[in-house]
Amino acid sequence: MFDRGQVRAPYVGLDGWTRAMPSELRHMKQAEAEALFRRIGITFAVYGEGGDPDRLIPFDMFPRVFAAAEWARLERGIKQRARALNAFLVDVYGRGEIVRAGRIPAHLVYRNAAFEKAVVGFLPPKGVYSHIVGIDLVRTGPDEFFVLEDNCRTPSGVSYMLENREIMMRMFPDLFRENRIEPVDNYPALLRRTLASVAPQKCEGEPTIVILTPGHFNSAYYEHSFLADMMGVELVEGQDLFVEGEYVFMRTTEGPKRVDVIYRRIDDAFIDPLCFRPDSMLGIPGLMDVYRSGGVNICSCPGAGVADDKAVYTYVPEMVRFYLGEEPILKNVPTWQCAKRDELLYVLDNMADLVVKEVHGSGGYGMLVGPKSTGDQIAAFRARVADNPENYIAQPTLALSTTPTFVNEGVAPRHVDLRPYCLVGERVELVPGGLTRVALTEGSLVVNSSQGGGVKDTWVLAE
Amino acid sequence: MLSRTADNLFWIARYMERAENTARLLEVGDRISLIPSVHGYRNEWDSLLRASGSADGFAQKYDDPVARNIESYLFFDPGNPSSVASCLKQARENARIVRTALTTQVWDALNTAFQELKQIERRPRSELDLTEMTEWVTQKTATVRGAIMATLLRNDGWDFLNLGYALERADATARLIDVKYYVLLPRVEFVGSGLDNYQWMTLLRALSLHRAFNWSYAGDLTARKIADFLILNPQNPRALTTSMEAVNMALDRIAKAYGRETEAQDCARRMLADLSATDPDAIFDEGMHEFVTRFINDAGRLSASVAATYLTGDAR
Repeated sequence: MFDRGQVRAPYVGLDGWTRAMPSELRHMKQAEAEALFRRIGITFAVYGEGGDPDRLIPFDMFPRVFAAAEWARLERGIKQRARALNAFLVDVYGRGEIVRAGRIPAHLVYRNAAFEKAVVGFLPPKGVYSHIVGIDLVRTGPDEFFVLEDNCRTPSGVSYMLENREIMMRMFPDLFRENRIEPVDNYPALLRRTLASVAPQKCEGEPTIVILTPGHFNSAYYEHSFLADMMGVELVEGQDLFVEGEYVFMRTTEGPKRVDVIYRRIDDAFIDPLCFRPDSMLGIPGLMDVYRSGGVNICSCPGAGVADDKAVYTYVPEMVRFYLGEEPILKNVPTWQCAKRDELLYVLDNMADLVVKEVHGSGGYGMLVGPKSTGDQIAAFRARVADNPENYIAQPTLALSTTPTFVNEGVAPRHVDLRPYCLVGERVELVPGGLTRVALTEGSLVVNSSQGGGVKDTWVLAE
Repeated sequence: MLSRTADNLFWIARYMERAENTARLLEVGDRISLIPSVHGYRNEWDSLLRASGSADGFAQKYDDPVARNIESYLFFDPGNPSSVASCLKQARENARIVRTALTTQVWDALNTAFQELKQIERRPRSELDLTEMTEWVTQKTATVRGAIMATLLRNDGWDFLNLGYALERADATARLIDVKYYVLLPRVEFVGSGLDNYQWMTLLRALSLHRAFNWSYAGDLTARKIADFLILNPQNPRALTTSMEAVNMALDRIAKAYGRETEAQDCARRMLADLSATDPDAIFDEGMHEFVTRFINDAGRLSASVAATYLTGDAR
């Protein structure tokens, strides 16, 4: 919020607001927000991990604010990256030119666990593999953003973006009268339009869209049902769908109804037991055959995950140059690949200053934060990396900027990241906002909700 | 509408109605146990357990049908699928699955009942007053029904909810008549002998209908009048006729919306026509138990036909 002791411009409107809010009122509002979340049923169920299945994600009432110009640049960068990632997917399941040009090593693509042989040579409708691209960003300076991670499969959290806004508007209507904040509530309409724009070749007339969920035990089930509700489409489970002839149908009270576009929120491996895991009860037998023959479209397409792992990540700026002929607007965090001999040696020598991650790790597990680790921990991790270098990458610990956050004592700086949701169909679109996750523990860099992170509303101010 | 969605809506209604019926049984049992009687309370509790279909489950868990055990079993026991707690939890879980087919207000009513139930479960049993608990249940089930009536779209989802409510209610009333009759008065010649008036009054209380009966029949408590009231009187909200009218209304609306009739409509119409064509004398001639058993079997067939036609999605 502050820049050399001055309140940063986008936060000026909030400065008076926090000063005017006595702590009793703040606690009251906080309790009110939590009651609202619980009543609406926005819970983060982590089944199988024990604990309360109706757990709430902590909500911080202090919004994160972007000025119009800051956002405009971010938006350009995100759309550019989403286009490049899709171009990459079309290429590697097609002619593989980026590999033949030597710009990315073949084994990173073709021996990648997420590479899907079943779609090789198949071009999905409008040439889009990843329809909802979630790009995680952190800020390190006034004009400096780094991409932490790309999510090309089924990024979650967009319901928080929408509900956080809903609750802020309900609790603090005055803030919205006093500040000109860009709305995010047309996201479901944009998502619907995006999904409709990639209807398969054999679709006749208005496409029937469904959301495919693993079921109500899934931790993101609230989000699945929320999106289905907002878009006015059916929320289906695998058992609701079946394949007959060249098409996919859903079981309805009026008999079978054809389905054209499936926004799936289940993993590749579970989509079709005939094609992938035979023990999956979640999927639809025969779905992949219908998909490949143009009877249905699956969003995001199976195999899209080959573009978003931590080793391929290193090459995304290269993809932007190769496919779009542009300079990347958003930077990657500098990354050392332990698979390369010289970079491995650097990582082993400098481990105390680096963050070392497993290539396929997620959720803040399987990593070493060098500056926060003991000598013994570092030595143990060094041995693991030396043993299996291909499985690791390393990055510097960035000097991350912070945003003001309500804590017990008042307002204090905390680390955050940002996940905007870029929609790719006939057009590439983005609502002005995203999900801001905040590390509520002082000094912590970890914002994952499974590790005690919270969320806050994200504002983009109008010009 | 997805068959699975319709199935969940249908069962939300059945579970809510069942929770209410179980609570009513509990209340009347508690009331009877306070009144000294030649019949003793044990028989009453036993018949109530039978009416809720919980007698076997109870016997496996407890020896003594004393009030405290029965309260635990009928109100709280997660192992008893008809307990108030099981029904409310199941209804809320079904609602969570079909959130998109419900309004916020309906969800809110179901979810609030669930959250409050969890608080009640945490309180020491000795602090709980049974009347307070059963009143809480009837209040919550009424709130849910009120929210459905006030806010839900009158589409097929509404029809499947009403179908669930009406079928469950028909079934509950029939079972209650049967149990009271079969267990306590197996032989037809005892009917009207004066021995059974007290039992009939208990039955009316279980349905919260004793005052309504007195209004409708000027307090003339005879087996014939009670049979007429419980089975045939369209003014009685829980009568078999009234419930079957509601079943038919829901099924007719579904047939109209979908532009086709199925065997479910045939079956429901036949059941209603049977009821309209009969009178108390004919019912006693057939035998009350035989009549009610036939009705329960028909209702079971109708329920299976509704499931096969609409709720599994296998019908073409």
